[in-house]
Formats: sequence, structure tokens, C-alpha cells
Amino acid sequence: MTGTISIEVNGEARQVPEGASVHDLLHLIGLAAPKVAVERNLEIVPRSAWAATRLGAGDRLEIVHFIGGG
Amino acid sequence: MDGIAPLADTDEGWTVAGRRFRSRLVVGTGRYKSLEETAASIEASGAEMVTVAVRRVNLSDASQPMLQDFVPPDRYTYLPNTAGCFTAQDAVRTLRLAREAGGWNLVKLEVLGPPPFLYPDMRATFEAAEALIKDGFEVMVYCADDPVAAKRLEEMGCVAIMPLGAPIGSGLGVANPFMIRAIIAQSKVPVLVDAGIGTASDAALAMELGCDAVLLNSAIAHARDPVRMARAMKAAVEAGRDAFLAGRMPRSPAADPSSPTTGLIA
Repeated sequence: MTGTISIEVNGEARQVPEGASVHDLLHLIGLAAPKVAVERNLEIVPRSAWAATRLGAGDRLEIVHFIGGG
Repeated sequence: MDGIAPLADTDEGWTVAGRRFRSRLVVGTGRYKSLEETAASIEASGAEMVTVAVRRVNLSDASQPMLQDFVPPDRYTYLPNTAGCFTAQDAVRTLRLAREAGGWNLVKLEVLGPPPFLYPDMRATFEAAEALIKDGFEVMVYCADDPVAAKRLEEMGCVAIMPLGAPIGSGLGVANPFMIRAIIAQSKVPVLVDAGIGTASDAALAMELGCDAVLLNSAIAHARDPVRMARAMKAAVEAGRDAFLAGRMPRSPAADPSSPTTGLIA
């Protein structure tokens, strides 16, 4: 049976299945076809690498998008 | 030559980092009551470039409507900003994320000092500008109305210089028109007044000074009727540009009658 790992997403603790990728995480959150950018441990994860990038315990992720601003 | 020289009545616009824009009004997308109001106001302003902020996605409701659905990036040039960044590191990190989210290099850098003035922190701005330019960004930079700082930013490779008219969101207008004019006179890249515009006459004044464009947000978003103010700003920027090109009459301390002084009946 697969376990889960703890990561932090946008400052909130979160459990994800062991072996999950960045792509899987976005899917779990409900960002299906997202216009977002992802940073993992202060490094940008390019869109092309979402599927291949596996999450590790303790990873800190930022998922951002554009909102109104001046 | 006989007759009147034809008036070049169409403004051919301005160019920043090789991109051409007809509208000389750049507007922010923040502080509106709704995304519908944002879309209607921007439409009425005629702006082709809009500033946007980069923020965390709301994880508890990822399906909520997004700015892109109302202000489509294929119609408007998105200019990601670094609003809320108080250090060079935060600004650079934010714009790297923006580049990844949007896929383009043209950005607005602003690194702010503390409240209550949120005045540009120029030391941090230089540091961030250097890192961003080295990383391939095209940087439109919010800065103090300081000709020495403005020149240095231009020499570093910033693609537009954007001195404040007055503090962000203050609506105080162009507080120091002489320094704005000095910056325009020395700059080879576009100069925009960014921040401080409160109403249409402020935007017209900025353009009369010779700015290439004006950047504003709150003046529209916080007007009682934002769509109408957006329309006013569009007209003001066009009027100010025309007045600049036309060249104002000289000021005189004394009256100079407009009607002939001869042929009077008495």
C-alpha cells in the first residue's frame, strides 16, 4: 500500500500520495487546465517538467496566477 | 505651399521594447468591485496594455473566475508587476513566476519602501533591475522622480522609465512636473508617469509634459463611475498628447487682447 507524504503548498500543510508529481498535485487541487506557475523549494518548475517532477517530503511549493493589480 | 498643411490626425503611438501600442494609456486591473467592472472599465479606457499582479492561487476554491476570463491576454498585453514586494529578492522571484505563468519577458518592476508613502526603494530597485536584465527580462521600472536615478536605470538597460507623479493610490496628481520634464528631456527610452494620477486633468498634464504614456489604476477603479472615468482618461491622454505636439502658447504676466484694437466705433 502506498503511503502519503507531507508537503507545504502556498503556506498550507498538505498530504499527497507518495510518488505524486507536480502535475498530480495540480490535478488534486482542481487546477485542470491552469494558467499558473509553480515554484518548488524556490526553483521554478517549468510546465514541461510538471509530469516528471516527483514531490518529496517537506517540499515547499508556491502555485501562483495573475490577478487584478496596479 | 498653398492651403493648410494636412494635420497628422492619427497618433502613430509609442514603442516599448519593440512592441508598438496605439493607446498611450496603460491601466491597472486592481481595486475594482468585480471582474465584470474591471472588464468594462478597461474596454472603455481603450488601453492595450494592462498591469497585473502575481498572487497565490486560492487552493480551497481553484475553480473561481480568473482575471484572464475577463481580460483576455490575447487581446491585452499583460504587464506583470511586483506590487507588494519590499525587497529585490522578492521582486525577482515574483517576476520569474510571472514569466513562467505568462510566457513573456516584459514586466513592471517596483520595489517599495514602507508605508505610509510606499515610495520607490531605489537601492533595491537597482539591485532587482540588474538581476532581471541579466536574466533576460525587459524591465519597465517604477522609480523616484529623480533624473540621476532615471538615467542610471536607462543605462542599465531598462526599457521604460516610470517615475511616480505622487504616491501610489494617493490621487495627488503630478507633484513635481519640473522633474518629470527633466527626466523626459534626458531619456532615450519611453517615460511614463506611473502612480498619483487622480483625475483626467492630471493625466492630460502628464501628457502635456511630454510623457510617452500614463499608467494609472485607482483613478479609474475608485471613481464613483469607473467606466465613465475610464472614458475621461482616454480622452485626457489623447488631448494631452495633442496639446504637447501642438505646443502651448507662451505665458504672459499681462493681458494681450485677442480682438483687433483698431476699427473701434468710439
